[in-house]
Amino acid sequence: MLRVKLSIFCIFCGLFLFNACRQDMADQPSYRPLQPSNFFADGQASRPLVQGTVARGQLRDDVHLYTGKKEGQLVTTFPFTVDKTVVKRGQERFNIYCAPCHGQTGSGNGMIVQRGFKKAASYYDKEVREKSVGHYFDVITNGFGAMAGYSAQVNVRDRWAIIAYIRALQESQSGNVEPLPIETMTDFAPSGVVDPKKQNPLSGSTPKVEKKTEEKSESGGH
Amino acid sequence: MAQIFPKNFNNLAKISIIVTALVVAIGGGVFNLIVIRSSYLTQAQVAIEQPIQFSHKHHVGGLGLDCRYCHTSVEDSAFAGIPPTRTCMNCHSQVWVTSPMLEPVRSSFETGKGLTWQRVHNLADFAYFNHSIHVNKGVGCSSCHGKVDQMPLMWKENTLQMEWCLQCHRNPEKVLRPKEEIFNMEWEPPADQEVKGRELAKQYNIPSKELLTSCSTCHR
Repeated sequence: MLRVKLSIFCIFCGLFLFNACRQDMADQPSYRPLQPSNFFADGQASRPLVQGTVARGQLRDDVHLYTGKKEGQLVTTFPFTVDKTVVKRGQERFNIYCAPCHGQTGSGNGMIVQRGFKKAASYYDKEVREKSVGHYFDVITNGFGAMAGYSAQVNVRDRWAIIAYIRALQESQSGNVEPLPIETMTDFAPSGVVDPKKQNPLSGSTPKVEKKTEEKSESGGH
Repeated sequence: MAQIFPKNFNNLAKISIIVTALVVAIGGGVFNLIVIRSSYLTQAQVAIEQPIQFSHKHHVGGLGLDCRYCHTSVEDSAFAGIPPTRTCMNCHSQVWVTSPMLEPVRSSFETGKGLTWQRVHNLADFAYFNHSIHVNKGVGCSSCHGKVDQMPLMWKENTLQMEWCLQCHRNPEKVLRPKEEIFNMEWEPPADQEVKGRELAKQYNIPSKELLTSCSTCHR
């Protein structure tokens, strides 16, 4: 009798040991992003938005900002003021999303192109330079030629920031240093050669300090 | 009738109690120190089988793609984002188009049925985690995920156990980086990390250690 009691006790204790194996708290019935689900026919827990859904504050009423067009025409201006923060943001986003193909300098020879993708156009080709900012926005949004649209990866404001940076890149290759502020100009000269107080060795004329690079990009299409 | 147990069995009984206690204590210690933390249980550093043998080593280390090219929502959402097949096709519409290895990608793109990637970092549901707050406040990708640019197949570098989370939550200054280094896989803490980290903690407005290690910070 004692033996029976003892073995029941042991089994009971043993059950306690295995208690910890239940993971109900760790695996709750709620869904995590992109988790599969048997409930829906497509097998996905994440549901597509019902058509026409507008999140608060995301009504796309700013046609200029969201489409790069005005009355069906590609715009030549930016939808918001472009300052240094915007250009910097554009540089960061450009290096993430564009540089793989277009290259960090925008010459169209990025790593993916080196691995066999169709060569991207150089931003410095006359034809490409002369396109309006609206055209660039349209290309980033909807794609162009072999390039896929990036609307899913880059939000609208970032797309405009990238365009601002592309304009800055194009300006950097124009050979025109006149609009640069003197403190920026010294960045492009060999160190020790330039004394910003004396003269500007790059343009040979008195620099117009009050003008800034950002203003150049703000004006949009050239 | 003679006694079954001679008198010296009293000592043996005492010793056996002590020995049993020791075995339980040591066994429990070993279990805690080794078994619970073993990669067999935590699956840390164990590559997970995926529908395609996607190599971060090739795409990040070799081609130099930024983490955010695919994990687009890491900066402004709790979930870093798994790229849709469309993102693969940005390049693979033209690169390696006949590769049999990429057949699942192409058929997924054609049918619109997503690839079933297996989750590598599966935090328990009772722990709250948000990517954006970490990458916006100085915690770099490689601090938690390891050198992903050197991983041919994906595994989780760390256990994701609570004690591992707390290492940083107790001493955030040891890992904090400047904003521009967050996505840099090569970043190593500088010699004066303690000083720099404290400055960064102030700059990022990192809350007090009491709040960072408070239960409800992670268990909401």
